[in-house]
Amino acid sequence: MTPSLQALGAIVAKDLRTELRTMRSLPAMILFAVTTFIIFRFGLDRTALSGSLASGVVWTTLLFAAVLGINRIFLPEREEGGFDAFRLAPVDRPVLFVAKATVLFLYLVVLEVIVVPVFAVFFLNDWSGLVPLIPVLLLTNLGFAALGTLISSMAVNSRARDLLVPLLLLPLVVPLMIAATGATSPLLDSGGPSFDKFGTWLLVLGLYDGVFCLVGYAVFDFLLED
Amino acid sequence: MSGRGLKQLSILTTLVMLAGLLLVFFWVPMDDVEGFRQKVFYIHVPLAIVALVGFMAGGVEGFRHLRTNDRRHDANSYVFIHMSVIFGVAVLITGMLWAKASWGHYWVWDEPTLVSFLIVFLLYCTYYPFRYAIEDRDRQARYASVFAITAGAFVPLNFMAVRMAESLIHPRVFATSEGGLPGSMMFTFLVMLVAVGLLWITLVKLELLGKQTSGQVSKLRRALEAEGFATSADPEGTVGRRIAPNLESR
Amino acid sequence: MNGAADNAIRLRGLDREYGDRAALSGVDLDLPSGASLAVLGPNGSGKSTLLRILATLLRPSRGEVSVLGSSLPDEAWKLRGRIGFLGHEPLLYEDLTGRENLEFQARLYGLPREEASARIESDLDLLGMSRRAGYRVSDYSAGMKQRIAICRAVLHRPALLLLDEPDSNLDPEGREAARALIGHPKEIGWASGMTVTRVAVSHDPERAKAEADQVLELAIGVGA
Repeated sequence: MTPSLQALGAIVAKDLRTELRTMRSLPAMILFAVTTFIIFRFGLDRTALSGSLASGVVWTTLLFAAVLGINRIFLPEREEGGFDAFRLAPVDRPVLFVAKATVLFLYLVVLEVIVVPVFAVFFLNDWSGLVPLIPVLLLTNLGFAALGTLISSMAVNSRARDLLVPLLLLPLVVPLMIAATGATSPLLDSGGPSFDKFGTWLLVLGLYDGVFCLVGYAVFDFLLED
Repeated sequence: MSGRGLKQLSILTTLVMLAGLLLVFFWVPMDDVEGFRQKVFYIHVPLAIVALVGFMAGGVEGFRHLRTNDRRHDANSYVFIHMSVIFGVAVLITGMLWAKASWGHYWVWDEPTLVSFLIVFLLYCTYYPFRYAIEDRDRQARYASVFAITAGAFVPLNFMAVRMAESLIHPRVFATSEGGLPGSMMFTFLVMLVAVGLLWITLVKLELLGKQTSGQVSKLRRALEAEGFATSADPEGTVGRRIAPNLESR
Repeated sequence: MNGAADNAIRLRGLDREYGDRAALSGVDLDLPSGASLAVLGPNGSGKSTLLRILATLLRPSRGEVSVLGSSLPDEAWKLRGRIGFLGHEPLLYEDLTGRENLEFQARLYGLPREEASARIESDLDLLGMSRRAGYRVSDYSAGMKQRIAICRAVLHRPALLLLDEPDSNLDPEGREAARALIGHPKEIGWASGMTVTRVAVSHDPERAKAEADQVLELAIGVGA
């Protein structure tokens, strides 16, 4: 195992262990998402959803739940000196970016594993669209993880952390949301899933992920310096 | 960057702008379908193009700042983005007027270029609170550059995604700017594009000159204070100067 | 020990500003390898700033800075993993135990697992923390945090120790025990076969002058 991989593993394991021990982010994200579904139930006054309405509700909810997690991802590094400790260590800087993006990605997977079935139980009559939804979820998670890590690392060193994350992140993820909802709404159509432009949207998601993974990896160095 | 050439540039800008406006209102033929209101096109589209190019140029300057650690690039990046945000307001207003005249509504969601522009504009609006939230000057400059690069990469991707969303749902009926423009319209459009571009450059240079001057003024004032000649009522500098990059020469 | 090559630290005209405020100006220093330096000065004289610059955590505004043969800030990457830094903050994760913090640090520095755990246990034992290393850091007193932080700072056996008031929060017993890990390079038990240089910020001029080979006194805004 190369030193970078070992360090990556160490950071990811450290974060997951801390989360398991303190339950600081994930339960809040899940609770928030489920409550939001209930608010949509009454806000839209609908007991069943399909098509673009269903995909809009599920993605809006996931996005805002993700923001909760993104807000906190660098908090221990900032407040308990992790940034300094990391900068003293013989590890390449982008390792921290990759590690945090990995942690965020895993958080989002756990969130979706719990919350998407809840959504289906609450609102969907036809569950056959859920399996092809998996690649859409994974690709969108990657985009959230890359952009969220980048934004969070900037915001955590500023005075207005909680405010800046959604402010900066929301416009940046609009294209991600367009592609994710574009791929999702035919899957959740009331007449059973259809794959209208499915591949094209996945391609857009992949392209977007690729660009911002690269940008984040390249500029992260400059965010760590004092 | 000094004030030299600024006068000539201002005169040139005024002349080209004047020529462009004359062409727009008195020379170029009326559009068959849209009539007089189509003339907004000659100001709206150049504004939008210049603003977007300005945003991306801000990203390039941010990149150069990170590469060289030279404060002037951060100042350029800031002023480019600042000016493009101001142009952006004009883009949105002219766009809304055009939409009202053409379709009877101030806002139409199936005009992907305008919608994309709004998203980009909103993103760049967060540039100000973002800079303001970071106190350390070096860090502020560095983070702002990272923002400029990220947002610069976002601009084309966003346009692509929004356009796809529209064209996939229903094919576009209007061809606003591309293709099929008669020669006289194309010529007028290009003159206006040059005029608006020159206007942007002139304003950017003015702004940079102002920054440089106020940087020198505060440096002089501090030197005087150090000698005991003056006391400052505003030792930390104004809020505006705290967000904007400081351009003191060392 | 003459000639620039033998100097662990060489500073010429080091300046550092925060915005418009000068924290350090014109600091010169030559510190031979293997020596111990005490940095003295009133609050606000830039002692911590100097230490952070030497640790590559802060960029110098201008001036020549050479640490262990690498010039800063350009060659900062060469120093990673060779510096043992003990600042005001313990740099420990509150939700991990003391031992987990040290194990995390060992993995970050790529230490072999067996060697690392042997080292961790013996260092913890030296500082009397073996029994308490299984508790979370958030349950520790300030003195216990400082002890774990000391273990963290020397875990990778650095060639340069940068210590910001290493005695703070320690009782006399703890201070005595800590000498084997972060004391004068000659007293350090783990340093056999390597040259360790020590820089410590201190508030006790008498003791510092007695224990250190060299003293750097900083005044507010001006270097020595």
